Amino acid sequence: MKRPGLWLATVAFLTFFLGPFFWQVLTSLWPDGQLTQPLPSSLTFDNYVSVLWGRPFLQVLMNSLLAASLTTLFCMAVGASAAFALAKLEFRGRGLLLAAALAVSMFPPIATVSPLYLILRTVGLRDTLVGLVPPYATFALPLTLWILTSFFRQLPDELYRAARVDGCTPLGAFWRVLLPLAAPGLATTAILVFIFAWNEFLYALTFLSSPEKRTVPVAISLFASEHKEPWGEIAAASVIATLPLVVMTVLFQRRIVSGLTAGAVKE
Amino acid sequence: MNGTVKAPGSMGRERRQAYMLVAPAVLVLVGVAVYPILAAIWLSLHRLILVFGERRWVGLENYGFMLGDARFWNALGNTGYFTLVAVTVELLLALPLALLLNTAFPGRGILRASVLVPWAIPTVVSAKLWAWLFNPDYGLINRLLPGPDINWLGVPGYALHAAILVDVWKTTPFMALLLLAGLQGISEDIYKAARVDGASRWRSFVSMTLPLLKPAILLALLFRTLDAFRVFDAIFVLTEGGPANTTETLSIYAYKTLMRAGNFGYGSTLSVMTFLCVVGLSLVYIRLLGKEGR
Repeated sequence: MKRPGLWLATVAFLTFFLGPFFWQVLTSLWPDGQLTQPLPSSLTFDNYVSVLWGRPFLQVLMNSLLAASLTTLFCMAVGASAAFALAKLEFRGRGLLLAAALAVSMFPPIATVSPLYLILRTVGLRDTLVGLVPPYATFALPLTLWILTSFFRQLPDELYRAARVDGCTPLGAFWRVLLPLAAPGLATTAILVFIFAWNEFLYALTFLSSPEKRTVPVAISLFASEHKEPWGEIAAASVIATLPLVVMTVLFQRRIVSGLTAGAVKE
Repeated sequence: MNGTVKAPGSMGRERRQAYMLVAPAVLVLVGVAVYPILAAIWLSLHRLILVFGERRWVGLENYGFMLGDARFWNALGNTGYFTLVAVTVELLLALPLALLLNTAFPGRGILRASVLVPWAIPTVVSAKLWAWLFNPDYGLINRLLPGPDINWLGVPGYALHAAILVDVWKTTPFMALLLLAGLQGISEDIYKAARVDGASRWRSFVSMTLPLLKPAILLALLFRTLDAFRVFDAIFVLTEGGPANTTETLSIYAYKTLMRAGNFGYGSTLSVMTFLCVVGLSLVYIRLLGKEGR
């Protein structure tokens, strides 16, 4: 292939995918009074200061951290043993369960909003961060099952058989032999589930009503006041909420890519 | 004890333990997905206004109302148009991107890391980021484009396409990664053979890469179509369905009916309808994929 074409395409894609994000970073450092100018004449951290200390944004970050961590822990606890069974044990309904999980992950979230709202209200979990975990499981648990199953499948069957021969029960073989070996897979799954839960919007918008319980996406979507959008503060909040994810993604890119495509490649 | 001989009944025990191990996941999936869907269908057969505490069985009345509801048809049309255009553009961009990512050259590592940036950014944040780029007064797009400032998100016709651009930016990377996984499954040898036979690059792309990549393309289209059809976050943040409902999708109309109007009966009807559309779309794709497998 001609090298200039290759580089041209690379630069075009890089500009398209990174340009808007860099503009957002620049906007976050842009002094508020100068937004009308083509470019800022100086840079400032004022927007970060006012987002973190002028608004309850630290609380919002903690809310998102709590909701996303609880979802991740819950899905790993429920999903790891199931994924092991799906990958290594013979039982009827195995294919059906994986297909069902895939189907559930394709559900439009709006389809389950009304009953989930009524259920959460009945059990007193509406407007709580813990109450977000069951709705989040609708997309996070299928994701966990698919990625972890493909990781357990990559572990050799001999490991499982040897553990059984040595007197382990299937559960013991899972707990003592395969689970520790699946640690990289568990980490990949945890990262992905955490990112998806951190980014979720519709359920959080619907089920949380108190401003002090808002998650990051809800808070950022509702930053605007009646008359003026605080673009600098929105940009600063966006960078704060996104930078950890971007750093994590770039650091673990190989794992994330293999996790994201795990289900697809197998088929 | 001889390891190759299984104790009698060990299979049965293994199966029992397997069911025990999957039981929690099955229960959760039933509780958070299957039951709510059935409950949504049940709610859609009622007139249910939360604030008035009104709840009454009306059978298929809501569905009848929906068929005559121009706003529903508008939302369905917007959703269909959004899905069709966004997914098509994404495929046309993702294919060259995947080919580029599959080529060995020094810039590949940085490109692969960079395309994950839009993927990792929360949809709400990416919508806000683009809303700022589209800002009629100080947005970068109007600064760069010559001519009069355009209110991209305020003019019918422009707004839905602006939303499509945001979706393309955010999700093309995911599609490219799925296609890349498919490309990596194609053996290098067939290309060498084709080169020996004197086939041009374009020729081998059209007559070898594309056919071999077809299952991966269909799968990527399936995931992206179903995902685009339920679009909510990006459009809700950009326009809330405006101007004049020209960007209102099914999810947004259902959300407004449920949470703004408090009409849980008809809102559930719209939600169930969105669900049925997604089921229909996936059946079409599964048929296509099934044909491919044969």
